Amino acid sequence: MTKYIIQRILVSIPVFFGVTLLVFGLYALSPGDPVINIIGYEAYLRMGPEQIQKVRVQFGFDKPWTVRYVRWLGKALQGDLGYPLKGAKPVALQLQERIPPTLLLMGTSLFLALITGIPIGIIMAMKQYSALDMILTVVVFAEMSLPSFFVGLGFIYLFALKLRVLPTYGMQTIGVPFSLVDRLAHLIMPATILGLFSAGTWARYTRASMLDVMRSEYVTTARSKGLREQAVIVRHIFRNALLPVVTIVALELPYLLGGAIITEQIFQWPGIGMLTVKRTSERDFPVLMGVTILSAIMILLSNLLADIAYAVVDPRIRYN
Amino acid sequence: MPTDELQMQQEQKRRDLIASSGVALSGDTFAFREIESPTQRALRRFRRHRLALFGISLLLFLAIIAIGADILAPYRYSAQDLTRYREGPSPAHWLGTDSYGRDVLSRLMVGARVSLAVGLVAVAIYEAIAIILGSLSGYYGGVVDWIIMRAVDIVMTFPWLIIVVMMVSLLGPSVFNAMLAIGILGWTGPTRLVRGQILAIREMDYVLAARCIGVQSNRIILRHVLPGVVGPLVVNATFGVAGAILTEAGLSFLGLGVQPPMASWGNMMFDAMELTILEGMPWLWVPPGVCIALSVLAINFVGDGLRDALDPKGMLQKK
Repeated sequence: MTKYIIQRILVSIPVFFGVTLLVFGLYALSPGDPVINIIGYEAYLRMGPEQIQKVRVQFGFDKPWTVRYVRWLGKALQGDLGYPLKGAKPVALQLQERIPPTLLLMGTSLFLALITGIPIGIIMAMKQYSALDMILTVVVFAEMSLPSFFVGLGFIYLFALKLRVLPTYGMQTIGVPFSLVDRLAHLIMPATILGLFSAGTWARYTRASMLDVMRSEYVTTARSKGLREQAVIVRHIFRNALLPVVTIVALELPYLLGGAIITEQIFQWPGIGMLTVKRTSERDFPVLMGVTILSAIMILLSNLLADIAYAVVDPRIRYN
Repeated sequence: MPTDELQMQQEQKRRDLIASSGVALSGDTFAFREIESPTQRALRRFRRHRLALFGISLLLFLAIIAIGADILAPYRYSAQDLTRYREGPSPAHWLGTDSYGRDVLSRLMVGARVSLAVGLVAVAIYEAIAIILGSLSGYYGGVVDWIIMRAVDIVMTFPWLIIVVMMVSLLGPSVFNAMLAIGILGWTGPTRLVRGQILAIREMDYVLAARCIGVQSNRIILRHVLPGVVGPLVVNATFGVAGAILTEAGLSFLGLGVQPPMASWGNMMFDAMELTILEGMPWLWVPPGVCIALSVLAINFVGDGLRDALDPKGMLQKK
């Protein structure tokens, strides 16, 4: 088992380099002088070539981008992600503030998606080709087809502006001390929106997995030896159909994190996604690199956990 | 029971059995019943999928609007009438006007073209990459396969939308870069699909049979292996178009995709982030949202229908 875990960790190292190298390379090779981003366009126009060159050398932009990448990586691995182009707070500290809100949002929506998606998938599989299966198929497809920002705007319109039961945006009411009720009231809409899409995915995945197991021979055997239907379903079908479903949480995570960008923007949820959108339009590269590295680590860690979880529930994996 | 009646019954059973096996009796001689081609069978199965039929008719309607937008639209999508901005629906402007006095209906129609085009082109880019890499991986195996599959593993764990957002912002937000970013990152799933499909088909008995009777290998690839890849790939591409349209809409909604004055369903909703518009001017954000949702839903239904129609495993079982 230890060997397996070490192996999985070693595999994730190239992924980490791949992601950071791609984004760093893209930035380095993208059109436009990086000095403009540092000092601003107007100052750039006013300054002479020698002064510009001085800034360029000062920030190390005279070196080839590969050298800059290695230097940046060396610092990043020690937790120093540099300073943003605007503002004085170090990038690492800014990210640190943004992680808990995003994790809260992602965690809640994942939970909501799992507790709605998996039961729907089970029902669809048990009643395959029935009218209920058909209706749920349409519901699931609708969930996956509705643009999150459209549903988000619709929710704000309905619940916040018309019915006035939920706050429009943010993480807590300004000027009011923290309370759990207030936080939940702010959380419910963005978490539902973010979870909606994955709920459809979970339902479809569960349905497929259930149908797969239901057709297998050991289920027929269990039935023919006279087990009660309930026992067949709970002990033979559920167990084998649902475990792989739970372990693919990791595969959904990149999409959940991606969805968080849009959802956080609509609801002004102060997490990583909102930071990304804001700094993207400013081309604030140190912050964007930090976001890249952070999201890569988040995804790799969860992949690792999923791999381990899979090996725990399915002994065949360990011996391969 | 009289003997001849029993005989007749048995004869009938025999006929049924033979008929169901694909060979029919005509008089006393055996004759092959007309066997439907794979295309005919796929069409028949697709026609049975009601949601897919609904989807395809909706898509045809959208495609006609997208292609003929210049002629069909009542106004030019970029024409501003600053005296009548943010006006509600009226006989002159069926869906009202936006913040620059542009006709919402006309922009919606041109937006259909942008959304569908982005979806199709982005998916074409990554399916092309997938066919090349997947085939290389599947045919050659060994080191080539190992390298390509590790690359797939790496890209699959990318924080997808974050990378797309960054690519678009670094390259500059535009329709083209949105297509490019979605296209460059989407190839992993289909590459695995193509590879897996080729590996599986290569070992099939009918490929072995073809090889045994001396069919040349490029004919085997073209006639026997590739058709088996096309089905799943078409299904994957269909769902891919739906996903790409959603991504483009999301990017444009964030202001990182299609830039005004060009219209896209996503960027038409950008204004709705403002609470006054959200609350008081639903004609500005509901129609594009409904359009995105309906077209994505339609494409997903078609994808589902295609999966049922093209799945070779489904041929044996009757639904």
